[in-house]
Amino acid sequence: MNGNPYLEAFAWLGDPTHWSGPSGIPMRTLEHLGYTVLGVAVAALIAIPLGLFVGHTGIGKGIAVTAAGAARALPTLGLVTLFALMVGIGLTAPMLAFVILAIPSLLAGASSAVESADPATVDAARAQGMTEWQILTRVEVPLGMPLIVGGFRGATVQVVATAMLAAYVGNGGLGRYIFLGLGSQDYPQMIAGSVLVIALALVLDLALLLTQRLTLPRGTRPA
Amino acid sequence: MIGFENVRKEYPGGTLAVEDFSLEIASHEALVLVGTSGSGKTTLMRMINRMVDPTSGRVHIDGDDVASLDPVQLRRSVGYVMQASGLLPHRTVLDNIATVPVLRGTSKNEARRRAHELMETVGLDAALARRYPGQLSGGQQQRVGVARGLAADPNILLMDEPFGAVDPIVRRELQQELMHLQRDLKKTIVFVTHDIDEAFLVGDRVVLLKPGGVIAQIGTPQEILSDPADDFVASFVGADRGIRALHVERVDGRDVVVDADGRAAGVLESRAAAGRGPAGDGPTGESTRGGQPISDQPASDTPTGGQPRGATSP
Ligand SMILES: Nc1ncnc2c1ncn2[C@@H]1O[C@H](COP(=O)(O)OP(=O)(O)OP(=O)(O)O)[C@@H](O)[C@H]1O
Ligand SMILES: [Mg+2]
Repeated sequence: MNGNPYLEAFAWLGDPTHWSGPSGIPMRTLEHLGYTVLGVAVAALIAIPLGLFVGHTGIGKGIAVTAAGAARALPTLGLVTLFALMVGIGLTAPMLAFVILAIPSLLAGASSAVESADPATVDAARAQGMTEWQILTRVEVPLGMPLIVGGFRGATVQVVATAMLAAYVGNGGLGRYIFLGLGSQDYPQMIAGSVLVIALALVLDLALLLTQRLTLPRGTRPA
Repeated sequence: MIGFENVRKEYPGGTLAVEDFSLEIASHEALVLVGTSGSGKTTLMRMINRMVDPTSGRVHIDGDDVASLDPVQLRRSVGYVMQASGLLPHRTVLDNIATVPVLRGTSKNEARRRAHELMETVGLDAALARRYPGQLSGGQQQRVGVARGLAADPNILLMDEPFGAVDPIVRRELQQELMHLQRDLKKTIVFVTHDIDEAFLVGDRVVLLKPGGVIAQIGTPQEILSDPADDFVASFVGADRGIRALHVERVDGRDVVVDADGRAAGVLESRAAAGRGPAGDGPTGESTRGGQPISDQPASDTPTGGQPRGATSP
């Protein structure tokens, strides 16, 4: 273990024994992805309806902005540790932290999506006899969809990068390689784990960027 | 019938848009609100479909106070052509026109079929059906706006400067089409404009507004032209500038109508040539005002090169 740790990391990644079994790269990647999706999904269940409501009515906007800002400033490792002390080792503690981490982006995305609708268009929709719900679902959300997806993008990238902390309190995911490597001073394994997290983050970011493009409503795309 | 009773509108922030406005609009009448920018025209119009609630006073439709009606149902039953077309940018022309029928529960297919018919009615090429509003010219957008306003076959049609964004030629065309439509449909139309010529062309009656929604004069175009209530009205209709004080001069054997500045306004046709009344030499040398003869001739005999007054012909 005295060669270049980066080259050794790539050798580690190329080792076929690391690509199979319950602690192999595919399984750990799936776990990592699972934590991310679960955390973002639970956060979305809370933040999207709230953001749409705040955006459409303007009610509670100040509170939402302040709370989202505060949540962004929370140190995630501290949160995970705190929750783990409260609820014990397992998935609950990191999941709570991921949800809190994902909410601000999703909330801001949803509320700014609704607010971005041209007031004249909203006024016209109302004047034609749309209910407030119809204005939200048929005008504001379709027109603001790229911003909503943008909120998902921000949240996902943050959670996927932080999801390695799940391993810190006894769970799986790509964080296992990092914490195992850290514990045994196996730097190539640590680097490999980091590279995998970065790669996953980039893939997800790209996928959501494409989704963002695709959700731009026809009729508002530049010709 | 639409009635305004001592309506007042003060916007939050303190703008007094309408002080105290009362008016009755008869069914099947085309009533035009005309006035300078900011005189409260849009505010008054939007009280009819509850897009604006009066600070005090009442607006009623066929005896029902609109404040007692469900705003959503009310808006679906009143056609509204908006000042800036107000089309939904993410919906095709066809779906924009079909908006209100779909909201009222008509099936999508049926609403689209009807939208196709309406495109023809307002003079839109069928090839535009699948386009988005952003891919249309201003004039085409306004036609879509008119078609959308008509789509649910409302009894009341509100039109807020519907032809404001188009060149004079297209504007004339749209005005003519509206008047043809109105001859068949006989809607109650409330029409807002700040173009006095358009007001006189479209309106059975015209209300001239001063700032604050103060009625300067109300009457038929003939009444307003022949007897402006005050200097404000006279200046607004152009009587003071002489562009409405027309007289006839004989040039090369034809009667040319000339305004006070000597500018030719049009050619006077004999009444026989206009397909009406006994053949005559026309009122040569006779003074006319505003293209409306002061005498008792029908308005459609108006001997100017201006717009024919088809909609108000008896
Ligand atoms: N939502 C609003 N909030 C505050 N003030 C308003 C609002 N809408 C209109 N006003 C004000 O009320 C007055 C009348 O406005 P309104 O839109 O009715 O005028 P208008 O006659 O339609 O003018 P224009 O010809 O320019 O369309 C103006 O002074 C305007 O600034
Ligand atoms: Mg206006």
